[in-house]
Amino acid sequence: MAAGAFAEAGADLELVGLHKRFPGFTAIEDLDLTIPAGSFFALLGPSGCGKTTTLRLVAGLEQPTSGRILIGGKDVTSVKSFKRPVNTVFQSYALFPHMTVLENVSFGLKRRGIADATGKAHEALRLVELDHLSARKPQQLSGGQQQRVALARAVVNRPALLLLDEPLGALDLKLRRQMQLELKAIQNEVGLTFLHVTHDQEEAMTMADTVAVMNKGQIEQMGAPEELYELPKTAFVANFLGQSNLFTGDVTNSKGDSIVVDIAGVKIEVPKDRAQRHTGEITIGVRPEKLMLHTEAPKKAPGVNILGPGRVTDVSFSGVSTQYQIAVPGIGLITVFAQNMVFGPVVNLGAEAWVSWTVDHGFGLLDEPEHTPKFSADTDTATIALQTRHELLAEIEEA
Amino acid sequence: MRFSLGKWLLPLYSALALIFLLTPIVYTFVFSFNDSVKSNIVWVGFTLDNWTNVCDAQGVCAAFGTSILVGVVATLIATVLGTLLAIALARYRFRGRSVISLLLFLPMATPEVVLGAGLAAQFLTAGVPKGLGTIIIAHALFCLSFVVVTVKARVASLDPALEEAGRDLYGSAFQVFTRITLPLLMPGIIAAALLSFALSFDDFIITRFNNGGVETFPVFVYTAAARGMPPEANVIASAVFILALVIVVVAQTTSAARRKRLARAQ
Repeated sequence: MAAGAFAEAGADLELVGLHKRFPGFTAIEDLDLTIPAGSFFALLGPSGCGKTTTLRLVAGLEQPTSGRILIGGKDVTSVKSFKRPVNTVFQSYALFPHMTVLENVSFGLKRRGIADATGKAHEALRLVELDHLSARKPQQLSGGQQQRVALARAVVNRPALLLLDEPLGALDLKLRRQMQLELKAIQNEVGLTFLHVTHDQEEAMTMADTVAVMNKGQIEQMGAPEELYELPKTAFVANFLGQSNLFTGDVTNSKGDSIVVDIAGVKIEVPKDRAQRHTGEITIGVRPEKLMLHTEAPKKAPGVNILGPGRVTDVSFSGVSTQYQIAVPGIGLITVFAQNMVFGPVVNLGAEAWVSWTVDHGFGLLDEPEHTPKFSADTDTATIALQTRHELLAEIEEA
Repeated sequence: MRFSLGKWLLPLYSALALIFLLTPIVYTFVFSFNDSVKSNIVWVGFTLDNWTNVCDAQGVCAAFGTSILVGVVATLIATVLGTLLAIALARYRFRGRSVISLLLFLPMATPEVVLGAGLAAQFLTAGVPKGLGTIIIAHALFCLSFVVVTVKARVASLDPALEEAGRDLYGSAFQVFTRITLPLLMPGIIAAALLSFALSFDDFIITRFNNGGVETFPVFVYTAAARGMPPEANVIASAVFILALVIVVVAQTTSAARRKRLARAQ
């Protein structure tokens, strides 16, 4: 970007065959990604999945092992970080403690020699409603205010691309909600391209136009939040984005619009256009809130899947809904979210129960069943082991 | 009635400890007002002449000036070199990093006599004439380790994201260093410089081995003590003590006031 000039509008970001290896492990494996200009894009994944590394590569704080990074069609792979039309809102905010709020916000403008840096900084502070605190030092502000200063400090430069590295992670729930809405409003107002990295699936879904779920240095699935939630393609996505009940069985029949899967002797129907594979052993799933709970065996009807009977092993009331765990012999635990329509739990602990759902709500996954985890941990142990190993090696090297 | 030992024994013990600590200082201070003629050991009478005409005694002020000069130059050299070393050691990984870290500790661990004698031998074999230059070199050498240790701790506590934010906000490497890294390290660097000056100012042993006739204040006091120390030396010692005390009190009160102001602003 030419000195003294603002980007006219957001630019699109293109990552081509990106690899990043650190001593001891690979953070990013052959990543291809295009983010259209003006969009709010979220990279979602557990810690250690490579999302922050991706962000740092785009910001120029790390160099890729191979591959290219293009911003607005221009190759910036070897461009130094301070010459890229990119600004970052850091996870720790990284506000300069020895400068006032105003000095923090005008820092980037002054480095680029933009006229009326102070005036523009005040304008950006008004946008985040903190202009009255511009003479303060960052440590005199609350967490939420610091976060807004960090945002103003990045937005004031009108970068073609704004990178957000879990900037809301340190805030409490209520403040986070408020900041999410504010961020979204600011994005609409200034029309920049936002790349938001987070491990909070709810945050990604509320804020982003497009969500890419990342796992082990690769993108597992990408799409609109509704699409990802309603039709996950892999078990990882199905469990990372909300919860899912997953069952594995052989496809026994493939008639008309749907396939029939044999789950421990029970025939379960899944629509063909919602299943990634139509033959062999596959994993199918259904979201807990799509399940109906019955205390008597429901009548068989076309277009409805029924599992049961099972025993209610856990009932937990969470306000808007009640979560039930039902143990079905031969199948395992099924989770049901029942909307809170009556007082107290409808089904008591230990009661006999059936579950049913409309065929249209089921989905079939792409994974090979033997690799399908029933519940995926927030961070998988292999990653933690690798990180520990890397740290140990660094320590040994140092000693 | 319970016999409470702590009630009177602890204050008594504290008072004795304080008297023990302060006696030499009080003695020096009081005897700076002594109207002595030859030796300043016996109390003769009160006078202000020593304070008003400090530089009348031969060599006192010259030695004091030399000490200040040596302290300032050695501190400058040690602080600049030590800060750069500390940043390199804390931030970068390179061959021989741990060896350098270890070697930097050696001057602190080595007895001063050994260090002084070793340096003197080095200067002799290298054919360097002893004098002001060798004193400065020797002082910069032992101050360097203390500077590195002090500044390194500060660098280690510095969030690397701050420098990354500087680069992200269009700051070149040089701008990031001068506008972010250096100001944030400044408290550590100032502390290191003060420590280094204090060490240099009252060093006697290493100086004695390498001074080649040039007298710093401690060396002057040592030699003067043998033939009867002039009360002007007491004046300078007292003045330095009072100056240090004032600096500490001012620093404490201003930082307390700043904390109060911060608390009020919040």
